[in-house]
Amino acid sequence: MTPDIGLILGIDGIATGSIYILVGLGLVLIFSVTRVVFVPFGDIVAFSALTLASMQLGRMPGTIYLIVTLAVVACLVETGQHLWRRQPQRIARGLFGYGVLPLIPAAVAFLTAGHLPVWAQIPLAIALVVPIGPLIERIALRPLADASILLLLVVSVALTFGLSGLGLLFFGPEGFRTRPLTDEIFRFGPVVLSTQTILMVATAGIFSLLLFLFFEQTLIGKALRATSVNRIGARIVGIRPGNAAALAFLLASLLGAVSGILIGPTTTLYYDSGFIIGLKAFVGAIIGGLTSYPGTALGALLIGVLESFASFWDSSLKEVVVFSVLIPVLLWRSLSLGRVDEEDHEVEE
Amino acid sequence: MRPLLEIREFHVAYGKVEAVRGVGLTMQQGQIVTVIGPNGAGKTTLLAAAAGLLRSRGQVIYDGVDLERIDVEERVERGLCLVPERRELFGDMAVADNLLLGAYARRRHGADVKQTLQQVFARFPRLAERQGQKAQTLSGGERQMLALGRALMAKPRLLMLDEPSLGLAPIMVREIFHIVASLRQLGVSILLVEQNARAALETSDYGYVLEMGEITHQGPSAALAHDGRVVTTYLGGTS
Repeated sequence: MTPDIGLILGIDGIATGSIYILVGLGLVLIFSVTRVVFVPFGDIVAFSALTLASMQLGRMPGTIYLIVTLAVVACLVETGQHLWRRQPQRIARGLFGYGVLPLIPAAVAFLTAGHLPVWAQIPLAIALVVPIGPLIERIALRPLADASILLLLVVSVALTFGLSGLGLLFFGPEGFRTRPLTDEIFRFGPVVLSTQTILMVATAGIFSLLLFLFFEQTLIGKALRATSVNRIGARIVGIRPGNAAALAFLLASLLGAVSGILIGPTTTLYYDSGFIIGLKAFVGAIIGGLTSYPGTALGALLIGVLESFASFWDSSLKEVVVFSVLIPVLLWRSLSLGRVDEEDHEVEE
Repeated sequence: MRPLLEIREFHVAYGKVEAVRGVGLTMQQGQIVTVIGPNGAGKTTLLAAAAGLLRSRGQVIYDGVDLERIDVEERVERGLCLVPERRELFGDMAVADNLLLGAYARRRHGADVKQTLQQVFARFPRLAERQGQKAQTLSGGERQMLALGRALMAKPRLLMLDEPSLGLAPIMVREIFHIVASLRQLGVSILLVEQNARAALETSDYGYVLEMGEITHQGPSAALAHDGRVVTTYLGGTS
């Protein structure tokens, strides 16, 4: 391997790593606030790219039907719970949050399908996909908020199968690749940078910075951190874990949707391609200990670079190499940090 | 006068084991009321359930409202705040952030919150000195101050303190009780659960003795402090 090739592979790896950073940050955000290892997170990435692809082809994006399905179920769950707890005054608010809000972008997409200007497609695709996370949280995870991490993980795996089934139903089995946002190329001596690469890295940087500011500077951000540090402590100052979870899923969904837009032009994605993306980002997050945002970013970057070099040496083995990293990482973590127990205490309900 | 808090026929169970059995308790606005009793009598359970953290049977009437269908968070918004035995601080976050989050239920009153923060810093100068430090680096006494300060940030009407002196050095215990007594001037009513019966009875107006989940004695604190059985069992004296 020449230095030139090494450079190309490195840049390519950093670009892919940027996607894993965004996805990894989303996974950590969800895990730290809700204790859910959200396995179907990668599906949100894939659905976002597929949504944009169908818009570019002038088709009706399958996401609309997915959102309608999820919103109807979420509204039923929400209303049922309020009736069960005899709090009918909260029904209207629930229906607004889980019915009206997510259906607004879906309605816009439905009415404008086929004749939407290009500049409006990306924001609309993102807006369509973002509600998926909070809706799934409301339907399947909120009722189990006090369950063990293991039970939440099992449910999360089940959700992955459910969601990829819905993905097949609504997007069909064909693969899509979105049009590149730009195809300009910059040359700095031996370094060749495509605008797409710059866009990926810059977006990951900007969102990481925004997330940092959100957690450090805003009361809501601090409330999310507080929920992840101490759930009982959060409740006794008036932070509702359900609201914190909904917000965590909303922000993570946004990160996932943006990743999908960025990754769409670089690979052909199928309805189930998200799984492997999510899994690789998860490996990155594990390197960071599943709780540290900077650690996750570093781990995700490492995975991206590793994957890039591995596919140069033997592309059929690149997944093997990436996932094999898990073994030494887990060994190192369990030896150096000791066991991290599930929350050491919890008031039983 | 309508009592600020009235607990009637209160039962709390962990599975099949009833930790609190048919407890009744009344307190007036502005009072300090204490619940004393041995370890495992159900004191912590009583407070956690009154705060809404545990499921219970019976009635909790606060400020004339039955709290049955009101969750923990809304109880905080109504001024019913718990300082739990384990403090439950946000260990990984700065002291100042812990305090600011204490006012989360009042987040729509920004300027007012800043003023409360200054008052809390004035009351606990030690917290002001350490506002940038992470909560987990504080000493036991400072952590208790932070837990109290965080609860005060919510501008509570009724503060429920669970073992505020637990695990503290004697000099710190005295300081904490001094602070508790001084909260009365803020117009905060206090429901105080303590194993340190002597200090609790000295600080409070009225006392209850909780044993095996049931109230066995009650009366004005001064009278309880001279009750023969209470003295031998809890105050370590001879009557």
